[in-house]
Amino acid sequence: MDFGFGINRSSTIDLTKTDNGLFRRVCSEEPGARTCMACGSCSATCMASDLSGMSIRKVLLAMQRGQDIRHMLSKCMLCGKCTMVCPRGINTRRLVLTICRLYD
Amino acid sequence: MIYEGKKKIWSDYQKEIPDDHWYYVRSCIRQNFFPASERMFTEITRGVLGRDIYETPHHTTCGGIAYHCDTIPQETAMTIVARQFALMTEAGYENYAPSCITSFGNYAEILETWREYPELEAKIREDLWKACRREFKKPKCLAHSSDLIYHWRDEIAAKARFRLVDRETGDALRIVEHIGCHYAKMFPSKGVGGAEYPYVLAGMIESWGGQVVDYPERRHCCGYGFRQYHVKANRGYCVGNTVKKFESMEPYHPDAIITNCPGCPYFLDRWQYVMAEQTGRTYGSDGFGIPVLTYEELAGLVLGYDPWDLGLQLHQVAVEPLLDKMGIKYDPQAKYLGVDRENLMRPQLPEHLKCF
Repeated sequence: MDFGFGINRSSTIDLTKTDNGLFRRVCSEEPGARTCMACGSCSATCMASDLSGMSIRKVLLAMQRGQDIRHMLSKCMLCGKCTMVCPRGINTRRLVLTICRLYD
Repeated sequence: MIYEGKKKIWSDYQKEIPDDHWYYVRSCIRQNFFPASERMFTEITRGVLGRDIYETPHHTTCGGIAYHCDTIPQETAMTIVARQFALMTEAGYENYAPSCITSFGNYAEILETWREYPELEAKIREDLWKACRREFKKPKCLAHSSDLIYHWRDEIAAKARFRLVDRETGDALRIVEHIGCHYAKMFPSKGVGGAEYPYVLAGMIESWGGQVVDYPERRHCCGYGFRQYHVKANRGYCVGNTVKKFESMEPYHPDAIITNCPGCPYFLDRWQYVMAEQTGRTYGSDGFGIPVLTYEELAGLVLGYDPWDLGLQLHQVAVEPLLDKMGIKYDPQAKYLGVDRENLMRPQLPEHLKCF
């Protein structure tokens, strides 16, 4: 029956039901990923961020929530600016390449 | 645990409820949704409990719906409310009991605003006098009508013919209590148990033999939320909230839901049909839904009133499984007979949600 409206899906993330296996595999190869404090410096300096929504911070968060990150990863131009500003010294460019390798 | 200390803390969450002489005002919408509930309130409080409950036909809307839909300013709602208080003053009452949760929240908000800004109260008094030559005293006590049933719950239990107990197994029925958001979330001190531990419906359930179901989304909104529902494009969000509640309570297998708000029982009841039609999903057992009752209807059931006199045939979700569990006798043939045995006509039954 068409009521003229559907049922909006809840945005709640149930961490007991999400698969964060990719995040754990990435952390085993790039332990620095665990030190991210989500300050957003990488997003602020990212050349692709404004136009495409690419953000290392968002990528790490989405991986922990078991969400799709393919659309963000494909926008990274590997310029390395985020690596230069990261206060935790995470090698973000290598992190992106590791994620891409493990993702496939 | 220091029990005395716990008792002391809990006493801070209680509210004083006078035992008699109440000025009762009905809701705009409850009589359309659940037509016997308010009549049953007056029947139980006057007839069964022998209390003085006064009503006047001059009462109008409190303006709460329009205020919460952003169509009138608060000053307009205040002047409407001032007139209601004037009617109470003229009738010689000091205790004010609205049947609607949003009215209750509206009254509480206005009284609190007047306490904070006395000059605004003076202006409203002047506006009321100019508009209709009336004056008013503020109520000494403001309580929702569910507070009154809560206050008299043990008297009702003493007169009960049925208890919230499964007749076959002897187990307490598992009841979900859903409290309207405007009851205590805005002004916690105005509700029994405050916003954190609202006890008004849980107290009734326990007193009448049932078991309260505690589930993760217990305090989540039913989804109505005025602005969400009244704009059709937003109704997906509205029903999305209801889905969230039902998904959360389903694993606890509740036998029924009771509510104290006009909108909540309507949406929790009717949305079960919408959810079933859209997803094929039902939340009760054997394809039925979970019956949703108002607290007056539940009080009427335990006191032994005929379910069809309580208007339970106007619910979307079939209530028969609950009646069977409680051991309440009913005539299935009389379900769609109204007052004076007038034929209300049998409705078309839904495809997915099992009904009679």
